[in-house]
Amino acid sequence: MDASLTRSATAGIVARAQDLFEDLSFNAAREWKAAKPGRKVVGYMPIYVPREIIHAADMLPLGVVGGGDQLEVIHGDAYYQSYICRIPRSTIELGVSGRLDFVDGMLFPSICDVIRNLSGMWKMMFPDVYSRYFDVPQNYRDEIGGNYYVNELAELRHDLGELRGKPITDDELRHSIAVYNENRKLVRELYAFRAERPWQAPAPEVYLVLRAGLVLPVEEHSAMLRDYLAAARAEERPMRDNCRIVLTGAFCEQPPLNLIKSLELAGCYVVDDDLLLVTRWLTADVPTDGDPLRNLATSFLHQSESTAAKYEPDQKEKGQHLVRAVKKSGAEGVIFAAPSFCDPALLDRPMLQHVLKDAGIPFIAFKYAENSGQMQPIREQAGTFADSIKLWSGA
Amino acid sequence: MSRVIVTPKAAAKEVLKDASMQKQKDMMAGHYDRLTSAPETGAKVASTFVPGNLNELIMCFDLVNNLPEVNAIQSGLRRQSGGYVLEAEKIGHSEDVCTYVKSDVGMMAKGNIAPNGKKFPNPDVLLLSYTGCFTFMKWFELLREQYKCETIMLHTPYMGDGKITPNMVEYMVKQLKEEVIPKLEQVSGVKFDIDRLRENLKKSVTAEEDLVWVLQSAKNKPSPIDAYFGGIYYIGPIFGAFRGTDDAIEYYKFLREEVAERIAEGKGPVTPDGDMGKEKYRLVVEGPPNYTNFRQFWKMFYDEGAVVVASSYTKVGGVYDLGFRHNPDKPLETLAEYCLGVYTNRSLPMRIDMLSNYINEYEADGLLINSIKSCNSFSAGQLLMMREVEKRTGKPAAFVESDLVDPRYFSAANIKNRLESYLQMIEQKRAGSKAA
Ligand code: SF4
Ligand code: SF4
Repeated sequence: MDASLTRSATAGIVARAQDLFEDLSFNAAREWKAAKPGRKVVGYMPIYVPREIIHAADMLPLGVVGGGDQLEVIHGDAYYQSYICRIPRSTIELGVSGRLDFVDGMLFPSICDVIRNLSGMWKMMFPDVYSRYFDVPQNYRDEIGGNYYVNELAELRHDLGELRGKPITDDELRHSIAVYNENRKLVRELYAFRAERPWQAPAPEVYLVLRAGLVLPVEEHSAMLRDYLAAARAEERPMRDNCRIVLTGAFCEQPPLNLIKSLELAGCYVVDDDLLLVTRWLTADVPTDGDPLRNLATSFLHQSESTAAKYEPDQKEKGQHLVRAVKKSGAEGVIFAAPSFCDPALLDRPMLQHVLKDAGIPFIAFKYAENSGQMQPIREQAGTFADSIKLWSGA
Repeated sequence: MSRVIVTPKAAAKEVLKDASMQKQKDMMAGHYDRLTSAPETGAKVASTFVPGNLNELIMCFDLVNNLPEVNAIQSGLRRQSGGYVLEAEKIGHSEDVCTYVKSDVGMMAKGNIAPNGKKFPNPDVLLLSYTGCFTFMKWFELLREQYKCETIMLHTPYMGDGKITPNMVEYMVKQLKEEVIPKLEQVSGVKFDIDRLRENLKKSVTAEEDLVWVLQSAKNKPSPIDAYFGGIYYIGPIFGAFRGTDDAIEYYKFLREEVAERIAEGKGPVTPDGDMGKEKYRLVVEGPPNYTNFRQFWKMFYDEGAVVVASSYTKVGGVYDLGFRHNPDKPLETLAEYCLGVYTNRSLPMRIDMLSNYINEYEADGLLINSIKSCNSFSAGQLLMMREVEKRTGKPAAFVESDLVDPRYFSAANIKNRLESYLQMIEQKRAGSKAA
């Protein structure tokens, strides 16, 4: 393939993803909704909701992950004290400024106390919108946490069926599971490709392409992933003398895109991360035969990512997911980047750091806010880290 | 009456007045001695949390109950928490996170000394029975990392939709039956006896009745109690290690008698400086108090004649005044419902309803929120709560900010200023409504 053509293919896809990222009015989702009468959109927050059920109701699952650094927060600040992270206030801002006025439902997964309370605020502030706190089990036994979860899923299925005016069938669910299996497979491929050739799939691009999956219909997003992978594979880009790092702690409030860019500019290739976990929460295919809700539950219990919002019952396992991520991606170090005032990420951090220390994996840590402007300190810190890793690995 | 109070120096009335306080002091001292002497007595220790604690169940296994939050409070009151928090930050904890955790972790790093000057024993089991706060989960993961002991998780779903569903109760009962009880048996070596649990639950109910009576006595004018600052002492035994014991029954009986007497005499609450002066303002308070400057904080209120007639903080270990009682006939279901119903496990709309109702029922002048810097569980959403309660009740609300046990975030001048202007606002409102 002609190099200039493939370059434009990558750039074109990334540009589309960037447009979606910057569009704080969610026009793509609005257009999708307007295209056919009766269509509905259900928003959800990080980290995980079963998008399959929303999809099975013919609705568009819409990821809402705060306002980023382009949104001017005018009203939201009146709802939160200064010592609370940014994401709830910018999400409220999106709500009160009418940017989510087309959304028919909102799901608040159980991540932390802030999101939990936000779910109640949403009920008060937008009483006409279906909203639900989506609890997940912290007990991972099939007959305990599993049964509970199946019933929670059944409630969600029932509610969304009502919202649509027609119950969701098992076959619809099975179909949606298959569609999302395909999407997750592509995301895993993308991550594997980046871990192998991070210069071919720069972290900011991977992030944007992944993020597009929050606002696009899943079928369209899978096509985008396929195209991007093909284009990125075909495009030769220069390999830099960067070190390879895993970025962790950024599972909820998103870092500014500039932060991700700065890491690479500072000499760190991101080869794995915990950004936008919803897109790869389930780590293996969900079976498409049998009881679909049970299958979703079983996958959640036994084949899902580890993160600070999830209890780790086994002390020996605590933090091992990170060690494994480092090994699997061939990383040389870990960067902890957590939103300021984020209890789950920041309380988890010391434990994870102990595990890394024992495993001999170097790390650094800093905090950010979704609207952090100054990247210089982070760049310097990451640069120094990259240098020390190179020195250390050369020794 | 079966009890005998031996305080020969005091007159009968003073005996009664002191009875509950003395009783509580003795209970706490006895409890800390039981804890710190565990290595000698061979008693096994279970650490667990206040909101959603299973004291009746824990006692079935002869386990002694240790509550890290109460230890953090003790450290706060004794002005040691500041140092502990700094210690925790020194060993890698962020300045942003819950200071209860840091006080506890810092205390551990500094030798784990109990209020009686002796060393706390290491827990034999961490019973992660908690409600309404995710930090608890991380807290016990952190402790488990240190103590490497058995950790049992009892997950309480959140009442996001304002109701307890059968699915939630079933899930919790199953966890109790298949995880919590077998593991507690294993750790303690004691076989579970459901009748013993029923007995303990029966005792809980008696104490719960008296506690509710005391809390609701604040409907009197003047209120005989302060339901926030004083309330913190009143909830100690029932929220901590004593629910389900004879000690708690006795304590609440004494307390009820004392309060009844204060009502009969038309008296207001007791404060650290003696009887409070004239009741001028009746407030409802939301949020935890500040412990590092507790008395100073309280004094700002009683100096102005402001009494707290109801508070949400005194419901973190159970919302009994809305009708919940432990039910010995359904021992496991009742434990589940107890955990599900505590204040911080209630959705924001439920919390708003509760505060608005308090203002009406207790004929309060308004709502004051003490917003805790490091507690997302309480604090996230409080500004909306404030506006909503104002809207519904027509009574003014105000906001002060401090921290639980980190003295760096207590600004006396600032809080005093805000409180004074709030009370002035109430005055103006009254003058306005009189003029109208
Ligand atoms: S950034 Fe952290 S504290 Fe804030 S809502 Fe997300 S998980 Fe909760
Ligand atoms: S965050 Fe609040 S409720 Fe949770 S442990 Fe800390 S002080 Fe307690």
